[in-house]
Amino acid sequence: MSWIHFFILVPILFSVFIPILYKIFPRIHTGWFVLSIPIVLFIYFLQQVPSVMNQEPVLHTLSWISSLGIDFSVYLDGLGLLFSLIITGIGSLVILYSIYYMSKEREALHNFYVYLMLFMSSMLGVVLSDNVIVLYVFWEITSISSFLLIAYWYQRKGSRYGAQKSMLITIFGGLSMLAGFLLLSIVTDTFSIQAMIGMREEIFHHSLFLPAMLLILLGAFTKSAQFPFHIWLPDAMEAPTPISAYLHSATMVKAGIYLVARFTPIFGGATEWMWAVSICGLVTLFWGSFLAVKQTDLKALLAYSTVSQLGMIMSLLGVGSMALYPGTEEASILLSTAILAALFHLINHATFKGSLFMIVGIIDLETGTRDIRRLGGLMSIMPISFTITVIGGLSMAGLPPFNGFLSKEMFFTGMLNAAESIGSWTTLFPYVAWLASVFTFVYSLIIILKTFAGSYQPEKLDKKPAEPPVGMLIPPIILASFVVVFFFFPNTLSYTVLEPAMQSILPFLLNTGEQFHVHITAFHGWNMELLMTIGVVLFGTILFFTLKKWSAIYDHLPEKLNINDLYNAGLSGMEKFSSKIIDLHMTGYVRDYLVYLFTFVIVLIGSSALHFQVFSFHFQGNGPIEIYEIVLVVVMVLAALYVILSTSRVMAVIAVGAVGYMLSLFFVILRAPDLALTQLVVETITTTLFALCLIYLPKLKKEISRVRVKVTNLLIAIGVGLIFTLIGLSVQGHRLLPPISHYFEDAYELAGAKNMVNAILVDFRGYDTMFEVIVLLIAGLGVFTLIKLRPTSREEKE
Amino acid sequence: MKFSNVMLETATKIIIFIVLTFSTYLFFAGHHNPGGGFIGGLVMTAAIVLFYMTFDVVTAREVIPVNFRKIGAFGALIAVTTGVGSFLFDVPFLTQSFTYVDLPLFGETELATSLLFDVGVFLAVIGSVMTIILSISEDV
Repeated sequence: MSWIHFFILVPILFSVFIPILYKIFPRIHTGWFVLSIPIVLFIYFLQQVPSVMNQEPVLHTLSWISSLGIDFSVYLDGLGLLFSLIITGIGSLVILYSIYYMSKEREALHNFYVYLMLFMSSMLGVVLSDNVIVLYVFWEITSISSFLLIAYWYQRKGSRYGAQKSMLITIFGGLSMLAGFLLLSIVTDTFSIQAMIGMREEIFHHSLFLPAMLLILLGAFTKSAQFPFHIWLPDAMEAPTPISAYLHSATMVKAGIYLVARFTPIFGGATEWMWAVSICGLVTLFWGSFLAVKQTDLKALLAYSTVSQLGMIMSLLGVGSMALYPGTEEASILLSTAILAALFHLINHATFKGSLFMIVGIIDLETGTRDIRRLGGLMSIMPISFTITVIGGLSMAGLPPFNGFLSKEMFFTGMLNAAESIGSWTTLFPYVAWLASVFTFVYSLIIILKTFAGSYQPEKLDKKPAEPPVGMLIPPIILASFVVVFFFFPNTLSYTVLEPAMQSILPFLLNTGEQFHVHITAFHGWNMELLMTIGVVLFGTILFFTLKKWSAIYDHLPEKLNINDLYNAGLSGMEKFSSKIIDLHMTGYVRDYLVYLFTFVIVLIGSSALHFQVFSFHFQGNGPIEIYEIVLVVVMVLAALYVILSTSRVMAVIAVGAVGYMLSLFFVILRAPDLALTQLVVETITTTLFALCLIYLPKLKKEISRVRVKVTNLLIAIGVGLIFTLIGLSVQGHRLLPPISHYFEDAYELAGAKNMVNAILVDFRGYDTMFEVIVLLIAGLGVFTLIKLRPTSREEKE
Repeated sequence: MKFSNVMLETATKIIIFIVLTFSTYLFFAGHHNPGGGFIGGLVMTAAIVLFYMTFDVVTAREVIPVNFRKIGAFGALIAVTTGVGSFLFDVPFLTQSFTYVDLPLFGETELATSLLFDVGVFLAVIGSVMTIILSISEDV
């Protein structure tokens, strides 16, 4: 176990103490305690920057389920470090912000921060794990923590709807990603991503290449809200604003981007990969920016904007992956700038979108609304917020002197390079990119001007707005200052973080020993990119001021293609379908269920036994039958007969218990004391349990049922009895597999136990016992929940 | 429904200690003789159930003021944590170990980590089974 494993798990470990701290210090905002965690982690990851820059990345392995090849192995390279820095850096700022956003009097802070810490650990795990199964586990934990955080205000219907939607879509994607991972591991016989990258040639020529690629992409696209899976992200905005800023714009939604970047060395260079990623990205970019313009809720607007920006990064990764395409050596360096642009924009997006989200949260708190139709003229009332919004908004629009300008220019460069060197349909890419940028410019202007300029409408606001407390402004100010700093000094970033990250996405592009040399400059002369930006500004301004005239086109969008409606219809359709099926066979009568069960037993076991011809009887090796064994059998048969003929339920149960006790006597005779003991005790407990249940049942009456039912029951009873008797008699005649008992014969040396049965239980097969215990506990809690927490008893309580 | 059965009550008062002692014995004997956490737990459950059946629920609650759900969860937690504990020694999950220690009074005694695991099983069994039985029996 190395430090890095520990640091990944620190947030989860710390979350154990959060409820305690919340209880002990009710007067101190719990966020202050939590804040220390991401700051420490951020400093730790910053310290790793020099070593990642200069050395080969190292694989730190912590054995977990080594026998299956599943180990918690951590691979800290440029890409993982870049993401880790974003996760912990933005995380620190968001937690600081949340201290002011979340009221300590009204909110269940302990839940909030536990979920948040759960998320932080799992997100770090996603970007640092080298083992795909571990990555998958962390990936799903991010989905679950996102679900919990979206549903944080679970009293609201919208929150529950949004949480469920995000959960269904992202977990669906996660499962298909798992399937893709499994296909890859079938091809390569390993779970390690780095080992898979080493075997990329085999993967490339394997017939499972395409299915694995598509399945993994499905995971990436659902997580990163790519078209047509983007529908969950706007609904996820029901979460508290710090969560929207953190999970749903800066980190979790970028897990898909991470996945695409991480698997580029394996799949990149395949034309299918390039087309799938870049076209999906561009469609998302355009559709998101187009829909963002029509939104009236600031958070929904930012959500669509995030969708669109994620599409932009995705399309860059798609185009850049062509650098690995065989035969494009001369263009590959040119195309690799697209990867650089993607990484750079990833950071920039986290800074400007984070600050914008925080400002929207502030506006929401201060005015009581996020509706741009009610806002306006806040410029003079909230000057600091206004300044931050201008910085963030113009950066998003792609204007200098902000970092968004640099990455937007690089985006245009990447698309132009693609059009030039790949040709065919990619010649359309710059046009789509430009058009989407125009809409991006328009909605950036909407955020800035509709909120802060125009006429102030105090009568429409619930509260009298003012600047929030300083502490709440500090995080967006820090982010906004990064927006400016990165414009003037982009290369501090490129030497330290971007170059190693590029190295890990495109590991085979350069000869060994070489490094990427990245130098970002703001002004390249009057080239195509700059002209495109000027065009965006001109055209965007016109569109913004004529918004009223052309916004009618949104009403003419085809109704039937609304993906949200499709989702809702699909969901309710599935609900109806499954409830129909359930109504069909769930009659509510235990005897019906027993009929199903036993029929299946007869059909499955009986037919397979006949098919494999297992029935064979050899009695020659059996020991002699003693007189007391015959006595036991006679007693058992009598007790069983008594069960059938008894008129009292309690007596029947006791008779069943007698059968069990006789059985345990058999265990004693056959020298299995552990089994005998267990059988005795279990029989005692179950008889008690039965007796308790039977108190509530009506008196046993002579049953009057139709002949047909009786005959069926008789047939089933005879069938089950017959099959088990035959199997019991045939067991001796078969030895399908070699006995495993010799494995346990060394119990005393291996486990220090003279009782082999118990050595197996707690030592050799400890896993089984552990899960059995957990299953038992779940069953216990299940009974408790069913009986004690029924809706009726809840009503009675109220 | 409160009913008194003097013979049952008197007998229970004596029997219960025998059963409890036996269950403790079974629990510790498990390593070398028949017994162990599961059986020990079930025998102890049987003792508690006997107590509940002889005396009424209110009295039993007063005498045994524990929440069996918590006991069960605590037991499962112990079982899982002993497994996680093996990570500290860089061995696979749930690896057990044992050693021989010279203790005063007992002489040379074997100490095994599987005992800790068995404590978890023991508690989880008691907690879960008692939860089931009490939930059903109190459901009037």
